[in-house]
Amino acid sequence: MEGDIAQMGQFVGAGMAAIGSGAAAIGVGHVAGNYLAGALRNPSAAASQTATLFIGLAFAEALGIFAFLVALLLMFAV
Amino acid sequence: MADEAHGDEGGLVFHPLDQFIIKPLFGDGPIHWYTVTNSTLWMAIAVLCIVLLLVTGTRKRQMVPGRTQSVAELLYGFVYKMVEDVTGKEGAKYFPYILTVFLFILFANYLALLPMSFSPTSQFAVTAVLGVGVFVIVTVLGFVLNGPAFLALFWMKDAPLVLRPVIALIELISYFVRPLSHSIRLAGNIMAGHAVLKVFAGFAAIAAISPVSILAIVAIYGLEVLVAGIQAYVFTILTCVYLKDALHPSH
Repeated sequence: MEGDIAQMGQFVGAGMAAIGSGAAAIGVGHVAGNYLAGALRNPSAAASQTATLFIGLAFAEALGIFAFLVALLLMFAV
Repeated sequence: MADEAHGDEGGLVFHPLDQFIIKPLFGDGPIHWYTVTNSTLWMAIAVLCIVLLLVTGTRKRQMVPGRTQSVAELLYGFVYKMVEDVTGKEGAKYFPYILTVFLFILFANYLALLPMSFSPTSQFAVTAVLGVGVFVIVTVLGFVLNGPAFLALFWMKDAPLVLRPVIALIELISYFVRPLSHSIRLAGNIMAGHAVLKVFAGFAAIAAISPVSILAIVAIYGLEVLVAGIQAYVFTILTCVYLKDALHPSH
């Protein structure tokens, strides 16, 4: 019984950690969307900012990956 | 525990994370640090492919490059420009290391997309060595080149004096989280992508939704090709950004 509750907690926790992936998706979309909005206003400056774009995407995405990691830890390591 | 989770009743045919199991190539004894495993094999194949590309690419050099030479020159020029853009002229000295890291991750990522292959970059142990390696190199380099002035990285000169200790603390924490996020980003991306592919492959066994799931596999495979390249690029450009901090800590 206690084991069942613990296992349920694991699964519920892993599922809730997946919400973090959605939050990271919002962040990544925000970065890319703002880049595009800026790039369309000033196309000549866009090419020089792609490196910054990818750095921003990487930072936003890393936090989503942390959420994924928490889910993995709950499922397989706890 | 993992076996109970996906049970006998209606679970997937195989577990989506089974593909990341490390197996010894010869026999099945315990794994020591010197055991040749499937991970070792695919890392070796990646290195072999890089050597092959660069050696054959530069053997018969011509003014008008052939196909192999073009690819080799393209990769070399791309990374060189990236290092120079981010770190400046002084950073070009460290270009060989960055090219090595970039090519290894790129080839490991792309070889992992072959069916039946193994993805070394999905292992946290592999990417942790790469990430911590960059962290140690950058920190040592920063202290060697700048001495104690390297600590100016954490002391923002243009922030109000009251806020500076708080900012310094935050900067310090974010500095030490770098190797973690740097390595987990790569491994997490590759691992998540491959796990999703296997999840859809498991769905393909159910007759009613197999056409949909096969289409989904094709689409996600295309996404994975993109992710493999982008993650290699991101890892490399972050290495360049960290290197820039070591070269010019004051700004």
